Amino acid sequence: MQRSNVDITNLQIGFGGLKVLENLNLHVDASEFLVLLGPSGCGKSTLLNAIAGLIDVKGGEIRIGDRDVTWAEPKDRGIAMVFQSYALYPRMSVRKNLSFGLKVARTPQDEIDSRVGEAAKMLRLTELLDRRPSELSGGQRQRVAIGRALVRHAGVYLFDEPLSNLDAQLRAELRVEIKRLHARLGATMIYVTHDQIEALTLADRIAVMQGGVIQQLDTPKKIYREPANRFVASFVGSPAMNFIRGRIARDGGLAFIAGDARFDLNGYAFRTPPSDAPAVLGIRPEHIEVIGSDHPSAVPARVEMVEPMGADALIWCRLADGTAFSFRSDADAQARAGDTLALRFPAEAFSLFDDQSGQRL
Amino acid sequence: MRLSLTSRLSVISALLPALMVMLVVYIGATSWTAWMSLTNSRMLPNNNFVGFRQYELLLTNDRWLTSVHNVIIYGVLFVSLALLIGFLLAVAIDQRVRAEDTIRSIYLYPYAMSFVVTGLVWQWLLNPTLGIQHVLRSWGFAGATFDWIVRPETAIYCLVIAGVWQASGLVMAIMLAGLRGVDDEIWKAARVDGLPKWRVYISIVIPMMGASFATAAVLLSTAVVRLYDLSVSMTNGGPGIASEVPAKFVMDHLFERANIGLATAAATTMLITVIAVVAPYLYWRARKGEVR
Repeated sequence: MQRSNVDITNLQIGFGGLKVLENLNLHVDASEFLVLLGPSGCGKSTLLNAIAGLIDVKGGEIRIGDRDVTWAEPKDRGIAMVFQSYALYPRMSVRKNLSFGLKVARTPQDEIDSRVGEAAKMLRLTELLDRRPSELSGGQRQRVAIGRALVRHAGVYLFDEPLSNLDAQLRAELRVEIKRLHARLGATMIYVTHDQIEALTLADRIAVMQGGVIQQLDTPKKIYREPANRFVASFVGSPAMNFIRGRIARDGGLAFIAGDARFDLNGYAFRTPPSDAPAVLGIRPEHIEVIGSDHPSAVPARVEMVEPMGADALIWCRLADGTAFSFRSDADAQARAGDTLALRFPAEAFSLFDDQSGQRL
Repeated sequence: MRLSLTSRLSVISALLPALMVMLVVYIGATSWTAWMSLTNSRMLPNNNFVGFRQYELLLTNDRWLTSVHNVIIYGVLFVSLALLIGFLLAVAIDQRVRAEDTIRSIYLYPYAMSFVVTGLVWQWLLNPTLGIQHVLRSWGFAGATFDWIVRPETAIYCLVIAGVWQASGLVMAIMLAGLRGVDDEIWKAARVDGLPKWRVYISIVIPMMGASFATAAVLLSTAVVRLYDLSVSMTNGGPGIASEVPAKFVMDHLFERANIGLATAAATTMLITVIAVVAPYLYWRARKGEVR
């Protein structure tokens, strides 16, 4: 199996006067699993379709496996693609769905048989080969669609929100299956989704997109821990990151001031030298802890609501200035609405953003 | 569910008019027609039972046999050509052409005309001394000949031309709806698979459009059985009896030739033929419904 790298330089795509992507650059290594993550309309599907050759580009270059394919037909790009609606050929059996493209491409019959057999075995479709798509469940249909991509022995596999039409349980199952498939084949995969859990679990690297621009391209861990801007911070993570507006003060030790509350910034890795300026403090719910009220850096907060979530509970609180935030605690935590808690906000877990630009400080 | 007497009465009274129409107009008139075909009624209906005498006469009647022959030629050619041309027109429009709305209206326009008008227009167009042949000759193609409408062995094909011209637009509309129902991602998947467009239409899209083809075929088939006004306005059954059709045979014998017995025998034969064709299909549909 060949594994191609993908290089996109200065890609421009527009429909009429509308610019969807402008000067987009992206490099995907061979055997890498890259996820394009973003809300709907952010251009991630457009980018994937452009890589597949299903939409025309206005400018720039797309190289797959070091070959310029900017103007090549989809079938000549060495790609295979899986679609959200499965896009199976409805009146053909599973076997025919898998083999039809190869047959039209005049692949020898024994080669077709071996590729179909191999893909069917890998995806546990052997029993289903003679059924029609209408006789399959959603999960089985999507496995057939993945199988149809696999038999192409492509250098790059493209997935366009393949799990969005499935219910939650099947989605989790198939997600694991795709991850296993990637580990086994070591193929290059580019995967579009709006589901951050899929992105975090599957990806080697995630490209978070908004407004046709890649906001951050990094490993899932870095994306989660060190979001490059407020958009990435708020889009990734569930329950969502808390944001507290205030300003950075350098008098009497570096701190973040929001109303009466003072958050010690000792230990925060600034990217740019700190200055006295309005800023936004971001912290994930799981990083806030309850501590004794006599602790010097304790911040008081009033409990508003407790949301039990099975394994743990999400506790919604307000600071003295009214800012709402949530934090995770044990499922058997004693907090009740109306209580006042002393909380510790560890500076290592902070993400500070510029109030104007939203960029990480 | 049990209803009280008054509410049951109101249900029955609401259904009664439809039921009466059904009983009197459809069942009643059909039964009366079938009965009349077993009598020797001439200008006025009578009840003199003569068995299948009228049917024997019918089967030796040259004009009836020509009519049946004609309707078979017309039916096969009209349905298949209208389906083919309608489908091709729909495919052409489906290529995201400019001014799609306008073109669609133009294609559908002939269907807005009655068969009488269609027949008249095509009678003029096909008339050798007025229409296409005349135009071609006046342009200098001295040998151009297009005189099908005045030749007995080809007159029925002129009806086919006019019928197809009129009905193709409707088929196009039905097919276009079917084509638009094909998921865009299937086209994308086919492109990634490297399938040529014609191959996608033949191997993937047409098999998906069974319902559209069935709808169009049923509509066209009813038009074949009803075929009457086109024949009257285009050729009036001529030259001679060359383009007679069964419905015209019935009408002529009922109202002009004062032969109610023969006319009703012909009408009943048409009904039985239609039932013979449709019944197995309905049976098959019902069986299929059970399996599901």
